[in-house]
Order: sequence, then C-alpha cells, then structure tokens
Amino acid sequence: MLSGGDQSVERIVPRSGFTMTLTLAAAAAMAFLAVFVAAVAGGADRLADAWEDSLTGTATVRAPVALGDGDALAQALGQVLDQTPGIETRRRIGTDEQAALLSPWFGDEIPLDLLNLPVLIEVTLTDEGPDAEELTDRLRAVSPEAVYDDHGQWQAPVQAAASRLRLLALTSLLVIGLITAAVLALAANASLAANGRIIDVLRLVGASDRFITRLFVRRFAVRAAAGAAIGSLIGLLAVLAVPAPDAATGAPGVGFSGAGWSWPFIVPVLAAIIAYGATRAAAARRLRDIS
Amino acid sequence: MIELEDVSVSYGDRPVFGDVSLNLPQGSFHFLTGPSGAGKTTLLRLCYLARRPDRGRVSLFGEPAAALDRDGVSALRRRVGVVHQDCQFVDHLSVAENVLLPVMVSGGDVAAAEADMKDLLSWVGLDHAAERLPTELSGGERQRAALARAVILSPDVILADEPTGNVDWEMSLRIIGLLVELNKLGKTILCATHDLSLIRQVKSRTSARVLRLRSGALELAGSDL
Repeated sequence: MLSGGDQSVERIVPRSGFTMTLTLAAAAAMAFLAVFVAAVAGGADRLADAWEDSLTGTATVRAPVALGDGDALAQALGQVLDQTPGIETRRRIGTDEQAALLSPWFGDEIPLDLLNLPVLIEVTLTDEGPDAEELTDRLRAVSPEAVYDDHGQWQAPVQAAASRLRLLALTSLLVIGLITAAVLALAANASLAANGRIIDVLRLVGASDRFITRLFVRRFAVRAAAGAAIGSLIGLLAVLAVPAPDAATGAPGVGFSGAGWSWPFIVPVLAAIIAYGATRAAAARRLRDIS
Repeated sequence: MIELEDVSVSYGDRPVFGDVSLNLPQGSFHFLTGPSGAGKTTLLRLCYLARRPDRGRVSLFGEPAAALDRDGVSALRRRVGVVHQDCQFVDHLSVAENVLLPVMVSGGDVAAAEADMKDLLSWVGLDHAAERLPTELSGGERQRAALARAVILSPDVILADEPTGNVDWEMSLRIIGLLVELNKLGKTILCATHDLSLIRQVKSRTSARVLRLRSGALELAGSDL
C-alpha cells in the first residue's frame, strides 16, 4: 500500500506541478547562462592578458640608415644592446619581415631597393629592464637619430582597456549570479504560495516548523541542483561547440582554462545553496503568517 | 483536559464572544451548538491553539497555552484529534496517506502505523477507499476519513467541527455514532454542530452535555433544546 516511511514523507510535497517545473527550468536556464558567461569571462581575461603580454617585456630599437649601411649599423647597435643590463635578447627584424609588415598598406610588390628602411631591432627585457634614458644616450652615440621605444605610449591605454574588459566580465558574472539568486528565490516563493494549503494542513496535524521547512527545502534544493546540473552540462557543450580561434591570430577564444574548468561543477552546487537559502526564507515567511 | 477561562475573541471591531469559560474533563462528551456565526468554529480553534484569545486563558492538559512556543503548540496538537469542517486533506495524497499524515509529521514509524490505519479505515467503513484521492470521496466518506486521521495517534481529546455538515441523515447518525464509540473508549469529545435534531436523537443514548453559544455567551442548554 505504502512504499515506506521516508518515501511517504517525501510525497507530501508534490514532485510535479508548475512550480517544480518552474524551479527546474529556471535553474537550468540560469546555470546555462552562468557557465557560458564564465567561459566568455575566462576568454576575456585571457585576451586582456595577451594584450598586456604583447606590450610588456619587449621594446624596439629603431635607427634610420643610409642605403646599404644597414648591416654595419645593426651590428654597432647590437653591441650596445649586448652590453646593457636589463636586455635579455635581441633580434633584428629583417628586410623581408619589414616588407611583410608594410604589405597590407603598399601591397606585395614593394620596391625594397628604393626604400630607405630603418634598422629595426626587437629586444626582450628582463623583469627589471634597462635604464631607458641611459640606453637612449648610448644608442645615439652610435646613431644620432636612434630611438628606443619601450611601447610605453601603447601600454597605458591597452592596460586600461584590459582592466575594463576584466571588470566587465566580472560584473557580468556577478549580475548573472544575482539574477540566478532572484529567479530561484521567486520560484521558491511561488512554490510555497502554491503549496500553502499543504503547509496549513501540516501545521494543523501537528507538524513543527522545522519539519515543514525541511520538506520543502530538501525538495527545492535537490530540484534546483538537478536543473542547474542540466543547464551547466548544456552550457559546457555550448562552450565546447564554439569554434576555436584562428591560431594565426593568437587570440584566445571563449572557453575555460585551468581552474576555470571547475565552473560547470560549481554552478549546480551554488544553485542548490541559493535554493536552500531562498526556500528557507520563503518557508519562514509563510509559517510566520499561520498559527 | 481543555480549559478556557474568561476568554474573549473579536474579529476587528466585532466581538464574537466575551468572558467565556469552558472545562472539558477527561472522558466527557459535549455538543457545541449555536446559530451560524455564533463562534463555534472560533471556540474550537481556541481549543487546538489555532487561534489565541484576545483576553483570558487557555490550558491544554494542564499547560497554559500562552507559555507555549511554536514547537510546543505542534506537540500539543498531536495530542488533540481534530475533524475540520472542510476536512483539510492534502489532495495529491491518497486517503491512506492522509490518515497517516499525523504519524509522518510526528516522526513516528509509518510502516508500523499502517496496520492501525487499515483498522481505522475499516472502522469508519472506508477500507475500500484507502488508495483513492480525497477528491474522489463523497462528503460523508471525507468526514469519516478525517475522523480516522484525527484518531490515528490515539489522542485523548477529539474536536469535531460540523462533522455532519454536508452529509445526509443516515450518514450523520453513523458519524456521530463513531464519536460516541470513541467516547466510550474514554476519549474526551467536543463536537460542534448546528443540527439540533441530531443532538436530540443522540443525546438520549449518551451522557452528552450540550453547550450553546448565543449572543456572545456560552451556556449549558437544558430542556429548552
């Protein structure tokens, strides 16, 4: 007739009904969004890192040169750089490489023999880096118009943009988290309101507040966790389905890396905790109104 | 068992009754009658602590109700069986599960109580309806199922609020007969009803006393019934 004590107690709160479906669907939808936004935020963070990395730790030495004197000047400048503390490596950007940089503007048929291309040396810096002023003086002793460019003029705006990008990603995650909490709280309230008669009957037959709260909290926390797990899985599949970025661009794509992979597992747990708290609060409010 | 001392209740500005006193000794049987709106249900609600009086004192089993917290109220309610006018079932649970509800909420052994539940359903003539939903029962069947639920924990006191309100004469007699049987087992009964002919019919067979709520006062009805 009855399938056992605990299972009978579990049946007191209906397993189906629109509020149960609402909780499941709301948790799934919000978890999907949370996982996807976390993946986008991870991508944004890596993009910001890439921007900063591309400008920090490197510098360029540029010196105009008369036709045909490039190699000798590059060698002289290289000797200065080799003797400078804070310079880790140096590499001359050759004529072909410079032509490739210019080709988007001038096409592939650049008459290199007619152009007076400067000597360009890309250097990587140690963490401390060189004394820029002193290095510039020494380079100008070799070539009076030599320029040491530590990319400082680009770093500030790129770092500001990267910082804003990270802030935007974090804000998006926070907003999704708050909306998830609000939606689950609304679902819990709607369910408690829809099941108000059950709560009344339980009180009338002698149920304690703790018993009633536990019944609803358990049901909704489990339901929210199940919905969030489904949503997280779909979110994870959606993230994996996003095409990888073109390797040539080096741009990081949408996705997780490192500890970021824990998001799809954390979201259902967070949803259950939020549903637990929201249902407890809603049950306490409802029980306050009945004797 | 239940004692009301100079209790007054009003809904907003409208007083329902004032300075009413009532003592239900163990094993007593009382009918509570009076016209609609006289406060019969309100008085019963005071008895199972669903409402606090505006003034006066309510005691259950010697414990003053005013001193009880919510857990204390729950514990005392498990010692009072109540048959509500509208039965108060959980509609998605079967009749059997509804009857076992007090066992479930009290943390009792549900499996062990199933035999009692079957006996009770058989006693009220509903052994065929255990797996049905309350919404599938007739008015009389619902009241009898509510009575079975009220006594599943073997309470000392049974309060019945218009248990014959929506049933025919034969069924009314049957339900009151069940209450009389419980009284003979030593249970304290307070049954609210507006049906004076039913009271007259049953009174001759029991030692029931009749209380009448009228014009905000509670009085013992006599030969004027």
